[in-house]
Amino acid sequence: MNSYDVIIIGGGPAGLAAAISCYDNGVKDILILEREKELGGILNQCIHNGFGLARFKESLTGPEYAERFIDGVIKRNIKYLTETTVLSVSSDKKVTAINSDNGVFTVSGKAIILSMGCRERSRGALNVAGTRPAGVYSAGTAQKYVNILGYMPGKSVVILGSGDIGLIMARRMTLEGAKVHAVCEIMPHSSGLKRNIVQCLDDFDIPLYLNHTIVKIEGDKRVTGVVIAKVDENRKPIKGTEVHFDCDTVLFSVGLIPENELSKTCGVELSPKTKGAVVYENRETSVEGVFACGNVLQVHDLVDFVSEEAEIAGKSAALFVKNGKVDREVVNTICGDNVSYTLPQRINKKATENVKVFFRVNKVIKNCTVLVECGGKIILQKKKKICVPGEMETALILQDKLSGLSGDITVSVKGEL
Amino acid sequence: MELTCVECPMGCKITVEEKGGNKEFFGYSCPRGKLYAENEVVDPKRVVTSTVKTASGEVIPVKTDKPVSKKDMYKVMQVINSITCTLPVKTGDIIKENVYGANIISAKTVK
Ligand SMILES: Cc1cc2nc3c(=O)[nH]c(=O)nc-3n(C[C@H](O)[C@H](O)[C@H](O)COP(=O)(O)OP(=O)(O)OC[C@H]3O[C@@H](n4cnc5c(N)ncnc54)[C@H](O)[C@@H]3O)c2cc1C
Ligand code: SF4
Repeated sequence: MNSYDVIIIGGGPAGLAAAISCYDNGVKDILILEREKELGGILNQCIHNGFGLARFKESLTGPEYAERFIDGVIKRNIKYLTETTVLSVSSDKKVTAINSDNGVFTVSGKAIILSMGCRERSRGALNVAGTRPAGVYSAGTAQKYVNILGYMPGKSVVILGSGDIGLIMARRMTLEGAKVHAVCEIMPHSSGLKRNIVQCLDDFDIPLYLNHTIVKIEGDKRVTGVVIAKVDENRKPIKGTEVHFDCDTVLFSVGLIPENELSKTCGVELSPKTKGAVVYENRETSVEGVFACGNVLQVHDLVDFVSEEAEIAGKSAALFVKNGKVDREVVNTICGDNVSYTLPQRINKKATENVKVFFRVNKVIKNCTVLVECGGKIILQKKKKICVPGEMETALILQDKLSGLSGDITVSVKGEL
Repeated sequence: MELTCVECPMGCKITVEEKGGNKEFFGYSCPRGKLYAENEVVDPKRVVTSTVKTASGEVIPVKTDKPVSKKDMYKVMQVINSITCTLPVKTGDIIKENVYGANIISAKTVK
């Protein structure tokens, strides 16, 4: 069995940045395993621009952002295998994978980095009445058809869910000549970025129906239409508000879930809030020497944060290979008022760097204060004009505050609702 | 006319009123919003991203190297859809020059 210092599962932006950071921190015996034909992950199909504003101060397309990191991996001669799917990871860090050259094979690592990304919630999870005709896709699948395979899945479209991928596809298909009749969002607010609402819907006069859902999909072999209806405050359709659209395609953009099947095979503790691993600030999971970063850990909206998080994981894996187990004294981070999750969930008081805590709010809150408290003391307080569920927030805990912490750290957002 | 400012998540609704040839703006909460609205009213511009077919039938991602007028977006798309490009290409290579004031460039290196 071949062995490596560090094995990285998934060659998207998270895996690539982790590999580069691990290498630059002195551990160079690395193997990246990627299921698809090329490195770059989901960015290969995200041909729109808007990536890298924070990191490169430029608005790059997905493939351009990915290429900068792929070049970094190639320049360092970091080993990678594409068209190789990992089947399982054991808690003693043996990775079993399959590809057409080697069949099923097992490699072992001193450390493992999980960076498998996320997948889209499917229609099945949604329970829409009606037939199951062709022409119903997730927005990400449609994106792959149009941007990678080069053909349009339909000409006349209704989109359910106002997630960013759905908004991006509304514009993309419109520009390619399709008619997008409507985007329906069951919530009173969109889950997508404001910029995307304006530049993907308003620019093309595509109506966004808030508090609406699809109640019926019609058609026998192929979709011929949908019925949408307004929902009440319990998100139940209101009788008499139904509107019918003729269409040949329905896209679902109803959220992403971290892809953690492999994390489960190696016994990593998962968080019911993020659906990803529970991690320390260095992105180590509950299994020693197994790290996680990117969308497999928490669903990011900005790839810049993915790269930043992956660099932490890559460096930590390198330190683990060099120095072994981390000496820890642990405090937990806890969700306070209006906060739906915090990450990392555990912080080592002996950590030697500042700790950035990521969190999301569960509703739109204007003119608010972000409060980080521990044992009755306020360790951070900052004012924000607005916090929205669709955008991840951060709070930086300075390293010199860590040793004085006693008890759990609570993150809350208070303000005028 | 009503605009939504996209400069921050507040998403202020900014209204524009014509008063004796001058435009007045209402509803913005900060200077960035006013600047945004001014640009949007004069000549809103967008970068167009799409794909171009290669001779072998694959597609490669492309973009305009600078924003083009919003009103020209469909015309830019027509040009993009009429091009076939030959491989290899590098990121930044010009695929077609001077299309409504911008160049269409490759957004990926493909061998
Ligand atoms: C459609 C879409 C649009 C987006 N738009 C924007 C945007 O405009 N701006 C922005 O900043 N961010 C955007 N994002 C967010 C950003 O692109 C993602 O957060 C980022 O790509 C996540 O990186 P990742 O490496 O964690 O996951 P991914 O890019 O998903 O990479 C994971 C990789 O792991 C591989 N993999 C999974 N399982 C296995 C296995 N068992 N064996 C081997 N390999 C495996 C996959 O093939 C994939 O290549 C968007 C995301 C999506 C999904
Ligand atoms: S006007 Fe200012 S506060 Fe309002 S959305 Fe624009 S940038 Fe934000």
